[in-house]
Amino acid sequence: MTHDVEPARVVLDSDDISRALTRLAHEVIERTHGADNLTIMGIPTRGASLAVRLADKIAAIQGSPVPCGALDVTMYRDDLRMRPARALLPTTIPPEGIEGRLVVLVDDVLFSGRTIRAALDALSEHGRPQAVQLAVLVDRGHRELPIRADYVGKNLPTSNLEIVQVRLREHDGVDEVSIERAV
Amino acid sequence: MTTYVIKDVAILGGAESDIKIADGVIAAIGSGLTGDVVVNGKGCVALPGLVDLHTHLREPGREDAETVLSGSQAAAMGGFTSVHAMANTNPVADTAGVVEQVWRLGQQVNLVDVRPVGAVTVGLEGTALAELGAMAESAAAVRVFSDDGKCVHDSVMMRRALEYVKAFDGVVAQHAQEPRLTEGAQMNEGVISGKLGLTGWPAVAEEAIIARDVLLAEHVGSRLHVCHLSTAGSVDIIRWAKARGINVTAEVTPHHLYFTDDVVETYNPVFKVNPPLRTRADVEAVRAGLADGTIDIVATDHAPHPAEDKDCEWAAAAFGMTGLESALAIVNDTMVKPGLLTWAQVADRMSIAPAHIGRVLDQGQPLEVGSPAHIVVFNPNIDIEVDPTRTVSASRNTPYAGYVLPGKVVATFYRGRPTVLDGALA
Amino acid sequence: MKHLLSASDLSRDDAVLVLDTAKQLAAATAQGVGKLPPLRGRTVVNLFYEDSTRTRISFEAAAKRLSADVINFSAKGSSVSKGESLKDTALTLEAMGADAVVIRHPSSGAPHRLATAGWISGGVVNAGDGTHEHPTQALLDAYTLRAHLRNGEGDLQGAKVAIVGDVLHSRVARSNAQLLQTLGASVRLVAPPTLMPFGVDTWGCEVSYDLDDSLNDVDAVMMLRVQRERMNAAYFPTAHEYSSRYGLNATRMNKMPSHAIVMHPGPMNRGMEISADVADSSRSVIVEQVANGVSVRMAVLYLILGGTEMS
Repeated sequence: MTHDVEPARVVLDSDDISRALTRLAHEVIERTHGADNLTIMGIPTRGASLAVRLADKIAAIQGSPVPCGALDVTMYRDDLRMRPARALLPTTIPPEGIEGRLVVLVDDVLFSGRTIRAALDALSEHGRPQAVQLAVLVDRGHRELPIRADYVGKNLPTSNLEIVQVRLREHDGVDEVSIERAV
Repeated sequence: MTTYVIKDVAILGGAESDIKIADGVIAAIGSGLTGDVVVNGKGCVALPGLVDLHTHLREPGREDAETVLSGSQAAAMGGFTSVHAMANTNPVADTAGVVEQVWRLGQQVNLVDVRPVGAVTVGLEGTALAELGAMAESAAAVRVFSDDGKCVHDSVMMRRALEYVKAFDGVVAQHAQEPRLTEGAQMNEGVISGKLGLTGWPAVAEEAIIARDVLLAEHVGSRLHVCHLSTAGSVDIIRWAKARGINVTAEVTPHHLYFTDDVVETYNPVFKVNPPLRTRADVEAVRAGLADGTIDIVATDHAPHPAEDKDCEWAAAAFGMTGLESALAIVNDTMVKPGLLTWAQVADRMSIAPAHIGRVLDQGQPLEVGSPAHIVVFNPNIDIEVDPTRTVSASRNTPYAGYVLPGKVVATFYRGRPTVLDGALA
Repeated sequence: MKHLLSASDLSRDDAVLVLDTAKQLAAATAQGVGKLPPLRGRTVVNLFYEDSTRTRISFEAAAKRLSADVINFSAKGSSVSKGESLKDTALTLEAMGADAVVIRHPSSGAPHRLATAGWISGGVVNAGDGTHEHPTQALLDAYTLRAHLRNGEGDLQGAKVAIVGDVLHSRVARSNAQLLQTLGASVRLVAPPTLMPFGVDTWGCEVSYDLDDSLNDVDAVMMLRVQRERMNAAYFPTAHEYSSRYGLNATRMNKMPSHAIVMHPGPMNRGMEISADVADSSRSVIVEQVANGVSVRMAVLYLILGGTEMS
């Protein structure tokens, strides 16, 4: 699609993202009472990278490693038939597995909630966690399902016409979150 | 009796003139002629009625594919005034009784001269000569003998047939296909067959038989006709044989002038035909051979099949395609438009020469006053998209479905009477 | 991807996508995920006109693991053996709501015909047609090669593969010759001249009549099944002569570089094209090929049926 796009408005820069992740790490530790049964699972692609960063921050604070994996939700999406078949992305389950663990799902943007619903289905194929929580870098609203995040880096009120772009060093060479408006 | 005038038509593609038809003959040629019925020939060419030496009318036995009636109608629509009905019917036309039956059906339909071809061997089985003399002496007066669909591959049998038909000025029309080299063959053996995994039909399987047959014909001093020649090598052999004085004639089909084997990549069985469609080099060679007279005639090998024999996978499909209704447009496209043949030469290749080979009396005559009025009026300048549902043949296996072909038969006169007028059956 | 009829349907990127998808699906299996959901509610018909238990089971397992409903339709003991045409069978399957038809047929081009004749609207996967193609076999071979030679990543750029045996009648060879070259590998076909297809010089492959000279620089050797019946048609004098000139035995295997692997699409004629010690050696990946077949066929079915139908 070739929408004309207004100049992107950067809402989080590299430092903001780092600070938000640090805060999320502290919140996770606090809410999970020391994070000893914790497994972080990111949703590829950018959620998986954020999960690695979050796990590293928690590990640095706690002084012990945090199991971290990736969970592809493609085959569990409810809109699978609405687009051509999509490429599958890697799923990696940490050696500890997820059975009985406290799993924190990580994604970059929480929008309709449908990705998270798919993630809950995908997760259940791998075991029965003790509990599942959700951490997102940005919550932009417009939920279509009864899903909310437990940890939010930034609440970002948006219009449906706006596009929230998360760029990360691992994929895009830069850390920033911006809003663009399709005209 | 009704008189007809074809106005302003280019006779053999030459100057425009009127042709008046009365009492079954050409009554006058000139300008300002009048008659009861006027055909506007402006922009059209007039040729002597076409003679097809190779037609499958399927009757008796496969009336679901074609009948003498539907085949005669298709022939008329294509500008033909005579067709040779091939012998591979059921029962096979290997006795005087069967050829007379076909001949009588043709007389009853009375749209073209239906000339039955007699089988060379009993049941087309290649083992015993059919009663060739009886067929020659029958009411059908058979002069062309062929096991078409099968090759008379036994050298002794072929020699005897060539010799025997001399007694009544007959000709053996050979379907040149060495059987062992073509077991299970599905298409031309070449780059495409290798890629498609379809069993190949090598050019040599045709050429080896033609080479043998021209040498046999020379040895016994007989007349030989080669059916549906399809390869560059075959053209070379015929050219060599004619230079040696061997009494051989050869035909090429419209589809071998038009298609190359790459159309088989669609696996659409409408392109499955015997002999198979060949390469670009072969197509160029048969066109050149037809232009320089090495190949004497165009014959359609019109081979109708019912839908179920073509609406299937390739290997299960029957060989053959229809061709009567499109023949002249294909010759226009492949030979006249590129400047390889004049209309006068088309008249030779599609009327005069085939009538002579088949010994068809009173066909293939010059368009002049007093000649029997077998005439086709053809407009070479209209492009027509072929719609198989609009064919007159009882079968729809035309390979040209969806192709745009140049030209349309406007009118056909058979024995002075229109069989086609305004592009439709009269 | 609407159909998979020929390896030539696949661009380099398409082929890599299939292999990458297969890799993720294989990983899911390894992680113990029993059944994946993407083809829930879809019907896959296995339409087999030839006995091929292994290929049929492989497709059946693949479709079921993706939660598709599977209908097996084999020619024997069915309406086909009563003379029903491919068209009428296809119309029946269409009426039953088949979303995809996996077809194995003895006649080259039958899958192509099924996909293009207008008899059915669903996708068609060629599971082997006559002596034409067997594209999923080529994909699983490419997958196996990539796993061993390229660490399971990217394409096969620079790899060298010898395909040995009855190339003329082999749909496996036709599909592999195309696909492996699409993925950047170079292919050497080795066979007696009688078993080389006409026009093989246009395939872009190296052609050799000498197996002994064809082994010292390859990354893999793929042996093709040779039917003993071929000798009756004078393609070669005796099974013994074939085996001694074109069979892979331990002496010949030792001419291969140490990293090179031995492949065979199965079923093998032990003692004919491959000796038992080679087939069972540590360099033989034949059993692995079978396992990879399920993942690759899952990938193909997912890519054909997992998204929206494109009109």
